[in-house]
Amino acid sequence: MLSHDVVIVGSGLAGLRAALEVVGHLDVAVITKVYPSRSHSGAAQGGVAAAMANVDGDSTDAHIYDTVKGADFIGDQDAIEIMCNDAPHVIVDMERLGCPFSRTGENKIAQRAFGGHSFKRSCYSADRTGHALLHTLFEQSMKKGGKLQFYNEYYLMRLIVEENICRGVVAMDMKTGKLEVFHAKSVMFGTGGYGRAYKITSNAYANTGDGISAAYRAGVPLQDMEFVQFHPTGLYQHGLLLSEAARGEGGYILNGNNERFMANYAPSKLELAPRDIVSRSEQTEIIQGRGAGPKKDYVLLDLRHLGKEKILERLPQIYHIAKDFIGVDALEKPVPIQPTAHYSMGGIPADNDCQVVANERGDLVKGFFAAGECSCISVHGANRLGTNSLLEALVFGTRAGKKILEKTTEAKWAPVNESREISAARREIDQILHNKGTESLAAIREELQTTMTDKVGVYRGKDDMEAAHEKIRELQDRFRNVKVDNKKSVFNTNLTEALELGHMLEYSELIVAGAQTRQESRGAHARNDFPDRDDKEWMKHTMAFRTDDGGYELKYRPVRVTRFQPEERKY
Amino acid sequence: MSQVTFRIYRFETGKDASPRYQEYKLALQEGDTLLNCLNTIRDTQDGTLAYRMSCGSAICGSCAMRANGHALLACKTQASSLVKNGVIQLDPLGNFPVIRDLVVDLEPFWASLRKVSPWLQPNLADEPVRERLQTPAQFHLIDDVTTCILCASCWSDCNVLEVDKKFLGPATLAKAHRFIFDTRDAKGQERMERIAEPNGVWDCTHCGECSTRCPTETKPLARIEETREAVMKAGITNSPGARHALGFRESMRWFGALNENYLPIRSMGFFNIPGILGVMPVGIRMMLKRKAPPILPHWIDKVGEVRRIFKRFHELRKNNGGTGAKTDGDD
Repeated sequence: MLSHDVVIVGSGLAGLRAALEVVGHLDVAVITKVYPSRSHSGAAQGGVAAAMANVDGDSTDAHIYDTVKGADFIGDQDAIEIMCNDAPHVIVDMERLGCPFSRTGENKIAQRAFGGHSFKRSCYSADRTGHALLHTLFEQSMKKGGKLQFYNEYYLMRLIVEENICRGVVAMDMKTGKLEVFHAKSVMFGTGGYGRAYKITSNAYANTGDGISAAYRAGVPLQDMEFVQFHPTGLYQHGLLLSEAARGEGGYILNGNNERFMANYAPSKLELAPRDIVSRSEQTEIIQGRGAGPKKDYVLLDLRHLGKEKILERLPQIYHIAKDFIGVDALEKPVPIQPTAHYSMGGIPADNDCQVVANERGDLVKGFFAAGECSCISVHGANRLGTNSLLEALVFGTRAGKKILEKTTEAKWAPVNESREISAARREIDQILHNKGTESLAAIREELQTTMTDKVGVYRGKDDMEAAHEKIRELQDRFRNVKVDNKKSVFNTNLTEALELGHMLEYSELIVAGAQTRQESRGAHARNDFPDRDDKEWMKHTMAFRTDDGGYELKYRPVRVTRFQPEERKY
Repeated sequence: MSQVTFRIYRFETGKDASPRYQEYKLALQEGDTLLNCLNTIRDTQDGTLAYRMSCGSAICGSCAMRANGHALLACKTQASSLVKNGVIQLDPLGNFPVIRDLVVDLEPFWASLRKVSPWLQPNLADEPVRERLQTPAQFHLIDDVTTCILCASCWSDCNVLEVDKKFLGPATLAKAHRFIFDTRDAKGQERMERIAEPNGVWDCTHCGECSTRCPTETKPLARIEETREAVMKAGITNSPGARHALGFRESMRWFGALNENYLPIRSMGFFNIPGILGVMPVGIRMMLKRKAPPILPHWIDKVGEVRRIFKRFHELRKNNGGTGAKTDGDD
C-alpha cells in the first residue's frame, strides 16, 4: 500500500495548482492517467478572464455581474464573487511563475473581448492560453523535484469513502497493470469533465469523466449534470475547438445565405453573445434550412476580413487546425463549423473551499476535495462564459490547496482495508475481461455518443429524452457482456477504454434524468416543450444520489443569491 | 476510397523477445486522419493494439509516433498523405525503449528536461506588485519556442541521440532557450554555461531532423542556433564546442579551407594535453588508413579573397551595431 498525506487525482491546472500550495508542507502525490503536460487544460485556447483593466475600464463588479448573468442566474453568487475578486491575483501569480502572456503596447498583459463579457477581459497567450498556463505549472512542479511525486499513467479505479470519511483511492499502473491502494488523509479530484459522452465534442479522448462517476459510486452526489455547454465553433464533423478568440478578434458567423444571422438573435452582442445563445442560434438556422454545405448541416466561421497578419499572429492554432484537419485555408475561405459538446457545468458538488458536499443539506465529506471542471461549486451555473474555466481552475485549485493544507495538518489517518479494496477493483476488471463477450465496446460507445448528441444536445425534446434514457439503460445492460480482446496487463488500453465506457454509461443517465426532470429552459439546457425559464420552480441545483440498487434519486438544493436577483437575460 | 495496408510494429515488453509487424487492411475514408484510422483498426479489427492519444487536436502530444520512419502526430496527419505503394508503416517513436506496440517509455525524455532547470528564475528583488512588464517584441522572442508540446517527435528522429544517449536532445535545448530568451529570467548566464558543456548545445550536428519533424513552431534547430549565438555573445567560449566553431572560422580565414589538423587541437584547447591525447588514437587510425590530411598546412590559391570576405563581414557587422558573436581574438 502506498501512502501520502495528500493524493491529488488529475494533473491539469486545478490539480497542479493545488499541489503547488501543499508541496513542501505535506507529502503530496499527483496521479494522472496521462502525463501532466498532456492534461486537457492545455487545450484551452482563447484566454483566462480577470478584470485587470489593462486595456479598458473593466471592474471586478462587472465581471461578477457578467458571470451571474451568463450563468442564467443559477450560479452560486458568493462563489462567483470569490472567483472574480481573486482573478487579477491569480493572473499576476501565474505571470510571476513564468507564464508567457501576449502583451499590450504598454507592455502589460494583453486582453481581448470574449462572449458575454462586457469588457476586454481575457488575458491570453496567442491562442494557446491553457497550454501556456499548464506548461508553466508543470515547470514549477519540476522545480519541486522529488518532493512532488507524480504517478503518471495511473488509471483511477476507486475512491475510498467510508463513514463519510475519504481514505484514499485505488489506481492501476497502466504500464504493468498492477493495482495500488493509495492511502491518504486528503484526496483531491481535478479530474476534468464529461464531454466525451457526446459524439460531436471538443474534448480529449481522456475526458471520460472517470473521477466524477468514481465519486458517485463512492456515495457522493452529483450536481447539475444536465448542464452541458455546447461551443458554437466546433470544426464541422470533427467537433474540434476553434477558439472563441476568433470571434473576440472580430470573426463573423454566417449561414448558408452568407448572412450574419446573430443580428436576429442577439442584436447588441452579435457573435459575442454567450455560447449557449450562439449555439442555439446556429442550430435554429440549421433546423430551419439555412445551413451551409450540400446537406445544409453546418454554418460558417469567416475570418477573412481580419487579414493574414492578425490571423497568423493572434489565431495561429485555429488557422492550422482548419488547414490540417479539413484542408480549409481560413485566409481564403470561411471554415465549416457546428456546435460541439465542450464543457461540463455539472459535477461533484463542493463548497467555496472545494470541500466536497455529501448531501442537499450541505454536509461535507471529510477529507475529499474537488476543483476545476469535475467540480460544481457552482460558478458557471447553467452556462459558463468563455475564459472563466481556466480562471476557475486556477482560483479554486489554489483555494483547494490552502484548505487541504489546513485540514490535512490536523487530520488523522483513517484505516483502509487494503485487500478488500484491491479485490473490489479486481472484481470490476474481471467482470470486464471475463464475461460472455458478446457486445462490441466500440458499438456501445458509438451508440451512446450518438444518442447524447442527437437527443440530449443543444435542444432537448421530451420524446427524444425518453428515447435516450431508454437507450442508455439498454446500453448499460449490454455493457455487462462487453467484449475486450486484450486480457493482458501491460498498457491495456482496451481495458481502460472499457472502464471509461462504464463511467460514461453511468453518468450519462444522470445527464438525461436531470434534463428530463428540469421542466424549464435555462442556460445550456433548452427544452422544446418548456422554452422559458421558471425562476419560481427551478432556481435550484439538481443533486443525483446513487441508490443501493444501482439506481438514482434526484434531490435539490437552493441557489445562493447575494447581490443580483434573476432578471430577463438579453444581449 | 482506396484500400490501404497498415503495417504496424507489435511488441510487448516482458513477453516478446523481438518485435514483429502485423498488417491490417482498411479502406480510407475522405479526410481520415492517421489517428482515426488507428481507432477504426482498434475498434473493428484488433482491440489489443496499443498507442497513446488524448486531445485529438495537436496540443497534447500524446499520439506522436513514426510513420514510414519519421515522427509525427497521428491526430493532425491526413492518412492519405502517408500511403506509399498502398502501405503505411507505423513504428513507435525512435530513441526510446518500447513498452508495448506504439507506446514507448518516455522517462529518458522527462529526465533530460529536468536537467536544465526548466522553470523561471526571476530576480525576486525587483518584483513589482502587478505583472512584470514585457514588450510585445520581448514576448515575441519566446513566442515560437513556447509552442512546444513536449511530444518528443524531435527526440525520436534526432541523429545525435541515436549514437549518444547523454545528449540533452532538441526539446530540452529548446526549453533552455525558452528561459535564456525570456527577459524576465535572471539566470541566463548560468543557463548558457550549463548547456555549453559537453552533451549540450554544441553537440547538435545540424541535421535538421528535429525541426522537420516538429509539429509546432518550436523548431528546435533554429532555437539551438539562436542559443549558440547567444552563448558566444556572452563570451562563453571555453568549451570544446565553442572552440570548434571558432577554430573552424579561424581555419577558414587563415587557410581558406578547413585545416583538419588544426581543428581538433584547437577544439580541445592547445594546453589540454589529456584532451589532445584523447583524440590521438583517431588521428593514428586515420593515418594508418591513409585518410589523414597532410601534416603541412595548405593555403588555397585565392586565400586573399576569403580574407576580404571576412573583413567585409566584420565592417558590416560593426556598422549594424555589432549583432555578431563577440569572441576572444575577435577578427
